[in-house]
Parts: sequence; C-alpha cells; structure tokens
Amino acid sequence: MLSLQNLTALRGQCPVVDDITASIEPGEFIGLIGPNGAGKTTLMRAALGLIAHRGESSLAQLDAMARARAAAWLPQAREIAWGLSVAELVALGRLPHGRDQLGAGAHAVDAALTRMGLENYRERAATQLSGGEQARVLIARALAQQSPLILADEPIAGLDPAAQIDTMEVFSAHARAGGAVLCSLHDLGLAARHCSRVWVMDRGRLVADGAPADVLSEALLAEVFHIRAHFQTTAQGPVFQPLSTLDR
Amino acid sequence: MSYRAILICLAVLVLALFTASLLIGPSGISPLQGLGALFSGEGAPGLVMRELRLPRALLGVGVGAALGLSGAAMQGFLRNPLAEPGLIGTSAGAALGAVIAIQTGLYAVFALALPLAALAGAGVAVALILTLAGREGRALVLILAGIAVSALAGAATALVLNLAPSPYAAAEIVFWMMGSLADRSMTHVLLATPFLILGAMILLKTGPGLDALSLGEDAASAMGISLKRLRLQIVFGTALMVGAATAVAGAVGFVGLVVPHLLRKAVGSRPSRLLPASALGGAAMLLTADIATRVIAPERDLKLGVLTAIVGAPFFLAMIRKMGRET
Repeated sequence: MLSLQNLTALRGQCPVVDDITASIEPGEFIGLIGPNGAGKTTLMRAALGLIAHRGESSLAQLDAMARARAAAWLPQAREIAWGLSVAELVALGRLPHGRDQLGAGAHAVDAALTRMGLENYRERAATQLSGGEQARVLIARALAQQSPLILADEPIAGLDPAAQIDTMEVFSAHARAGGAVLCSLHDLGLAARHCSRVWVMDRGRLVADGAPADVLSEALLAEVFHIRAHFQTTAQGPVFQPLSTLDR
Repeated sequence: MSYRAILICLAVLVLALFTASLLIGPSGISPLQGLGALFSGEGAPGLVMRELRLPRALLGVGVGAALGLSGAAMQGFLRNPLAEPGLIGTSAGAALGAVIAIQTGLYAVFALALPLAALAGAGVAVALILTLAGREGRALVLILAGIAVSALAGAATALVLNLAPSPYAAAEIVFWMMGSLADRSMTHVLLATPFLILGAMILLKTGPGLDALSLGEDAASAMGISLKRLRLQIVFGTALMVGAATAVAGAVGFVGLVVPHLLRKAVGSRPSRLLPASALGGAAMLLTADIATRVIAPERDLKLGVLTAIVGAPFFLAMIRKMGRET
C-alpha cells in the first residue's frame, strides 16, 4: 500500500523526518505515535508528496489524480469554507474519480454518510455543525474517496470519548475490509486497543515499529515519552494508562 | 430553486436588461423604431443603435460578466468573502496604463492607445505579482503581493495626476477613472472580446479546484488538485478579464465583490456553481447600473463606477451586518 525508502524531509538544514524506511500492507491499521514535534505530520505529508523530500515514497511517485485514488488525506486542521451542505462536502471526495455523481459516486457518498451516522444531516450546512460533527463529516469525505489507504492526522483530537472510539472503529473496519490506515494520535490507550501496529517517532526518526504490546515497553515510554504507565492485557483487551512523568 | 433554474432566470434577466439597454437613451428613438433601425442600420437611428447603443450594451454584458466571474473565482480561491477582482493589482495596473495614455496625449492621436496601454499596464502588474509571489507562494503571499502592486500603481497614478500638464488633462484622468460605458465603439468591443472570452474559459475551468479548496490547501492538493496550476489559472484568468474590462470601461468597483455574495446562498455555497451564476449576475448588475446612469441623470453624465460604488457600498455594509448577526 505504501512503502517508504530512506524518506527524509528538511526544514532549513534540520531533518524533521530523518531517513525513514517502512511499509504498510493491506489490512493494517497503524498508529503513528510520538511526542509533539517528533515529525508525525511531516512524515505523512512527505509520504503523500505534499512537501519536498529526499528518498522515496511509493505514493509521491504517482501523478496527483492517481495518488488521490490511492490515498485519502485528513489534515489535522478541520477546514470547511463556505456553507456547503454535508452531502455536497462529502461528495467532494469523489473529485479524483471524475464525473460519476450519479452511479458509483452517489453510492459511495451514501455509504460514507451512513457509516458516519450523517444520513439526517445531508442538507445541513457543514459550517453550522459542532466541531465533533464537522470531524465526522470530514472523515465521511475521506471514506467517500474510496481510496485503499487513509492517512489521518490526529483525527480524534478534540472529540468526545464515544466519537473517539467510533472513529477508531471506522478505521479498523476500513483495514479489515482490505484497506489500510496510517493515523497519528496522542492517546496511547486507544492506539494500544485499536491499532494492529504502531510506529513510534522521536526527533524525526522511526524508533520502533511493531505490535502495540511489544512496542510500548517501559524503556521506550521512558526514553521517548518521558512517562511511566500501566499496561496490561485484560479479558477486555489491552488497557493502557499513563501514570506519571519522569524527570528528564 | 434548482441550480439550472437559477442560471436560466439569470440568463433571461440579462437578455431583458440587454434589450432595455439598447432601447433606453437620450435620442428619443421609440423601442420599435430602435429595433428596426438596429437590424436595418439605416439613417440616424441606425447609426445611434449600431454605433452607440449596441457597443454600450455589449460592453455592459462583457464587463459585468468579467467582474462577477473573476470576483467569484477570487473569493473561492482565497476562501475569503471580502476578496475582489482588483485584489491582485491588475485593475490598478490597467488604470495606470490608461492614465499614462491620457497624460501623454497618445489617446488623442490614436483612439485605441488608451485601452491598449491599459492592457499593457495589467500585463505588467501580473508579471510583477507572479515574480513577487514566487512559484510556490500560497494564497496569503499572493494577497500581499497584490496589495503591494496596487499601492505602487496607485502611487504612480497619483504622480501622473500630480504632474498633469493642465487642469483639463487632470479632469480627463479623474473622469476616466470613475468608469463609464458611454461613447464606446464597436472597436472597443472587438478589442476586449478575445481577452474576455479567453479569461472566462480559463476561470470557468477552475470550478473543481475551487470546490476542493473549501477543505483547505492541504486537503485539496491531496485530492489531486495542483495548487500551482490553479493559482496561475486564477491570476491569468482574472488579469485577462479585469484588465480588458478596465481598459474599456475604467474602474468599476463593488460589482465583483457584491455579486458573488448575492448569489452564494442560492447556489448552495458551492464555489464551482457560483462561477457561471456570478458571471450572469455581474452582467445583470452592470447593465442595470449603466441603464440607471442614463435614467437618473441623463443630462449630467453620471459615471458608472460612481453609481456602483454609491449603491454597492451601503449594500455591502448591510450584508456584513447580516453576516455578523449569523455567526
């Protein structure tokens, strides 16, 4: 789905993304974690070819329209200009597929609206909705794009707990259906429960890559996040709770 | 009302106003006589219809469509309802070119010197903007470059006025800058048409890109929209249309700002649909304003740009108040 070879992105002279080699296979839901400023957003934007980079990204090599059909991008800033209706906004996700608003396109839009529980919002102006509802509309737009890969930058930031879990489940389902998701987030607990794999970034480098239970070790948490945490696999799945910060 | 119905209504309105513009004037030709004379071209009425009113009405449509369409494109591109076509400096550049043609007396020797100089001015402004805003530049850089170029052209225009050889030349310049469609010939129409058509073709193609931009620059480029190309389309399309409009009509404000506002809700706020609707709406508004200059004060030569500003500014204030209450 995505393969990165020695991907490097510079800000001035300083590498914000430093020599990252990794790949994503179908069926994977990857949580991209790391402290603020670790380079998570820059990694995703460089992988999409939205910013100048060295090294290779399989996505960045595609032409713009083919890339848009291969990968959908949910930026962190939830921008919605003008008072577009929810249905029209979600239909923007069909742009990379040309003019098929009546057939497959309309079907994809309906499915995305249903999946995000927005059927009753179709004609509402998206700008009049609450922040959480807008987040759902924007995710629906990405789903309507029907690209196998979804890259999402902190999609659950600012959402209530139910909406956070629901968003993670939408992504899990997308991965189970044969797609893949790369999603940056700060909630390690949700990452541990929902992601099939996590990538840990620290100061531009990919410092760990594997199943959450293997990666979120005491040593790594101390080294990268400067925290101590409780992490246990229970009958109700993995439970992760940060406890305290460590002296730096 | 459906989008198609809105476009049809606007088109009918433009056609009606175009006919009204042909039939209203100081020479006292009756409507039937006027239409007959337009087709036969015979006698004094034929001359008036074909040489004075027809170019005036045609330019009303062209200039209005140019201002409405480029206003809608500019607002969509900058995602800012306060953007207007003059923002990127082309109208200020065109005005400077025209003013220089008046100042040097060139236009007295050669009638087309004025619009040609105005077009050249608009061209120089675009070249400057693109150099200043660089190749990668985002929307904000474009706005700032536009403001800088407008300020420069405005200052140069003031200098030309300052150095005007006589009060008559100064008055001539001032009156030209107020904008008007009076006493234009078919030559003006023929000169402006290719630029207007080319500009309209470029701007009407930006629809999908502008729609995608509603989700922000990053999301739009990830959806396959080339922002670099979109920016060039907007700058060139606007420059061609506004440059040509300013060259033949002078500075006409507020149409490009107000028309997209008026129609936005009706087309469901979708930037791509606002483009053709605003082109028609702009034509309707300009024709109305031009007819009004003839009806309100037929003997005083009321200037078109003055009228659009006097009506447009309070109207705009009212809209801003309404927006303030909604949010």
